[in-house]
Amino acid sequence: MPRPFTPKIITANDLLEGDVIYYTADNSWTREMSQAELIEDEAEAQLRLIEAEKDALRVVGIYLTDAKAGANGPEPTHFREDFRRTGPSNYRHGKQEAAANV
Amino acid sequence: MYKYNDFDTAFLEERNRQFRAQVERRIDGSLTEDEFKPLRLMNGLYLQLHAYMLRVAIPYGTLSANQMRQLALLAEKWDKGYGHFTTRQNIQYNWPKLKDVPDMLDALAEVNLHAIQTSGNTIRNVTADHFAGAAADEIEDPRPIAELIRQWSTDHPEFQFMGRKFKIAVSAGEKDRAVLKAHDLAVRIVRNDAGETGYQILVGGGLGRTPMIGKVLNDFVSQDDLLPYIESVVSVWNQHGRRDNKYKARIKITVHELGLDKIRELTEERFALVRPTFGGADLALFEEIKAHFANPAFRSGGTDAYEAAYQTDPVFRAWADTNLTAHKAANHSIVTISIKAHGQTPGDATAEQMRVMADLAEEYGYGELRISHEQNVILPHVHQNDLPAIHARLKEHGLATANIGLISDIIACPGMDYCALATARSIPVAQEIATRFDDLKLEHDVGHLQIKISGCINACGHHHVGHIGILGLDRAGVENYQITLGGDATETAAIGTRTGPGFAYDEIVPAVERIVLTYLDIRETEEETFLETYRRVGMDPFKAALYPASEKKVA
Ligand code: HEM
Ligand code: SF4
Repeated sequence: MPRPFTPKIITANDLLEGDVIYYTADNSWTREMSQAELIEDEAEAQLRLIEAEKDALRVVGIYLTDAKAGANGPEPTHFREDFRRTGPSNYRHGKQEAAANV
Repeated sequence: MYKYNDFDTAFLEERNRQFRAQVERRIDGSLTEDEFKPLRLMNGLYLQLHAYMLRVAIPYGTLSANQMRQLALLAEKWDKGYGHFTTRQNIQYNWPKLKDVPDMLDALAEVNLHAIQTSGNTIRNVTADHFAGAAADEIEDPRPIAELIRQWSTDHPEFQFMGRKFKIAVSAGEKDRAVLKAHDLAVRIVRNDAGETGYQILVGGGLGRTPMIGKVLNDFVSQDDLLPYIESVVSVWNQHGRRDNKYKARIKITVHELGLDKIRELTEERFALVRPTFGGADLALFEEIKAHFANPAFRSGGTDAYEAAYQTDPVFRAWADTNLTAHKAANHSIVTISIKAHGQTPGDATAEQMRVMADLAEEYGYGELRISHEQNVILPHVHQNDLPAIHARLKEHGLATANIGLISDIIACPGMDYCALATARSIPVAQEIATRFDDLKLEHDVGHLQIKISGCINACGHHHVGHIGILGLDRAGVENYQITLGGDATETAAIGTRTGPGFAYDEIVPAVERIVLTYLDIRETEEETFLETYRRVGMDPFKAALYPASEKKVA
């Protein structure tokens, strides 16, 4: 029996900067997971992935990954995506720090 | 130190020019990622979790003061102010931007450094004993051999697209400080009964998903035959190695499947064809290379300042006791600078620290530095009277940690904090173990104990050969850590044995603590090391300490 579909977001790395980005509902890319489009339907997820892959010359390594709805938008369900979202945990010098400097 | 000739310089310039054009074509959209990826990997550029990563080779771990300063410049100008020294005598920059990488490579080329063959299915950066040329126990400096192999393998037409990567290490004494037996091929300089120098060749070592200890393929290959012999081995593997499954492609599997005798036979056959094609140019080159590795003129003079500091300054004494190694020249020592301050990321050095180490090398160390596979930096030649001044300067820059060979001198791969292949974190586990044993003030009492941590089955952190090895896995979406005991990375190399079920992230440090406390309880004398105790008593007492509940069930 196929596993039930779980909600997804689309993520990738920026071609020039290399940093983690997410696909939004208006077909653009954001640095914030909370602003990503949460896709609740399996067929829709495949269509959105095909749409996102049109940007393959500007972004690298596009894939669908699990996420869940949170109070402020999508949140990770797996620790790998949690680290990708925040930056290295050994000390603050990734995205966490960039956010603090805004 | 090896000096680049015009050919090397021109070759690097050409390679960098090509890659700059490739990057431009990727950015303007003429190349897709599928087309670009193999090109960037050939130039050491990876994409990790949060950013690109540039891996720069430090051939046989040797750097000049100027090269170290250039590494600092790259860290400052194009990265976040630090670099990460790895177990393969490379430095990795974790935050370069794609458009800056060609400039970084040009800056490296100014000091004859590069990122070629740090990735891809080629012959990788040749590693060597980090005490080469300085160690009291070596037969001769193994670096000329490493340089010869580097020149022969760089851009070698037969070996650019092999079934898998191929890693070579060289060393020159009874003691193995280069983990020879975990390499695809290793060269150990030996002397035969007639007093001639030659080479013992080991093959089939490797870690990763199927760890194997290297085996002796040939006990004595003469100087004239070395390169043709190595070429024959690589060529036999390139032909017979499996290409159907990348997990079975390394030479360790070929040796395992065909057997050592068969590999030896095939190598001999191949050698008969290859040997005549080496007309002696390799030997002339070897003599030329050797001249570049001549030792500096070591200073003479007494050691009174050293003796005085050793007697009066306990902090200096503790450092001298752990971080110095016997040198072959009178009144000299090898200094290992720990870049493993308790709680820091093992192997990271800031740009400022790199400059301090470069200055020290220039002022006191004949301009030479080394990077060890244990992720530390070495001043290979230091007159003992300069040690107090060096120590004082290191202290000012957080570089005077007295922990070489101790429990906080941990090898840890980047793990889930950086690496896209990781299944769990490894750096924070290392940080917490180091901090915990520093708090307990037990480190010096425990003595020689190597912990090695990898964040996935690829084993970049050498966990299989750690006295205590830790492997981070993903168990149903949660980090889980397997422990192995009894691994050994030296001439008595061994793969560690699993203790049993793994531990959650917040249980792994207490688990290591239980292992160490058990050792302190059961060692026969204070001199008996952890590994010796483990070899004497086996797994049972450690298992009992780790899994008390299941022990009761059995009883
Ligand atoms: C972060 C980017 C890295 C990636 C993507 C990576 C990838 C890999 C892979 C795929 C293997 C397994 C090869 C095989 O079994 O055929 C491997 C092995 C290895 N890597 Fe890494 N690695 C990375 C970083 C490092 C670092 C930082 C070090 C040094 C600390 C390192 C040292 C090694 C070593 C020593 C092996 C030994 C296993 C062997 O080849 O037998 N790697 N790496
Ligand atoms: S062992 Fe795994 S997690 Fe660690 S650096 Fe290698 S590939 Fe990455």
